[in-house]
Amino acid sequence: MSEEFEPRIIAFCCQYCAYSAADMAGSMRLQYPCNVEIVLIPCTGRFDVILALKAFESGADGVYVAGCLEGNCHFLDGNIRAKKRVAYLRKELESIGVEPDRLAMYNLSASQGPRFAEIVKEFSDIVTGLGPSPMRKKLAA
Amino acid sequence: MIIAERKPVDEIKGFIEGKKKVLVVGCRGCVTVCNAGGTKEVGILASLLRLDAQKDGRDLTVDEHTLERQCDPEYIDELVELVEKKYDAILSMACSVGPQFLARRYPKEKIYPSLNTCFIGGALAHGIWAEHCQACGNCIIHNFGGMCPISRCSKSLLNGPCGGSAGGVCEISKEVECIWHLIATKVMEENRLDEFAPIQPIKDWSSSRDGGPRKIVREELVK
Repeated sequence: MSEEFEPRIIAFCCQYCAYSAADMAGSMRLQYPCNVEIVLIPCTGRFDVILALKAFESGADGVYVAGCLEGNCHFLDGNIRAKKRVAYLRKELESIGVEPDRLAMYNLSASQGPRFAEIVKEFSDIVTGLGPSPMRKKLAA
Repeated sequence: MIIAERKPVDEIKGFIEGKKKVLVVGCRGCVTVCNAGGTKEVGILASLLRLDAQKDGRDLTVDEHTLERQCDPEYIDELVELVEKKYDAILSMACSVGPQFLARRYPKEKIYPSLNTCFIGGALAHGIWAEHCQACGNCIIHNFGGMCPISRCSKSLLNGPCGGSAGGVCEISKEVECIWHLIATKVMEENRLDEFAPIQPIKDWSSSRDGGPRKIVREELVK
């Protein structure tokens, strides 16, 4: 069962870094798991906990937010704010008995196409290890 | 404004145990400003409850609605149509006035408070709130450099600090500043220490909670 499981992952990517890095990964023809669905956001400061909650409610097995390297946010501290929101929501998920590792924050720059591919693989492996989201299993039923 | 914070999810889950249809009601007043019970927080709580139910395979419908205020009957009336949809529980995300007004207006409904009402205060910075008023009913902050020793001194002292003040910090916690240290520093900087010498008389607490539940009637406004 777990061998067949392919997680559905939603990635909220900042247009200044992670989204451009994803673009670069594509241009470089880098291979990475195809189960990630990328959502473009103008800055990770736009990320809100409700976005991740809606993703989980809609059947996502994992959600991650990818923003600029700390200190390099185009809007100064959007990525720091996002990091705090991710930390907050991880606690909330834990409080309802959901593995907090289903939600993560990553930082990278626009030139790190290979790192983007690495992140997708890394997070995909984590979520595959956790198995299908307990919320998703019930949705399918 | 009134500062509140959401109860732990576990406690709220306890309120709705065994229930199938729940309404979460927010308030656009103080609790929206202190990020505890506005539209966004209603969405977060409702989503967490739905996810929790989905996880356990429970059948649970959670609807969301935010009222302009929950401390005015005319806004509480707006909920009539929703209440007719027969919810097993209504979770109020207002200060404790909200659930009380809801319970009085809709006596047959099961109303639960989802917030803990903490204090009257203000935002020191985004995400940080501190108590600044205890609603004693007789404001005298002008006597103390514009600072309130009743709400901001751990002992509500009116005639100087106690022995627990050290380095500007209160003995109860390093996180609590000694308001008397701030008052004295300000008054000394302004060279007004002599104005400050008279002993404050014993405070009449009858205008505070000691006088029982309070009520204000403004005849010119009453219909």
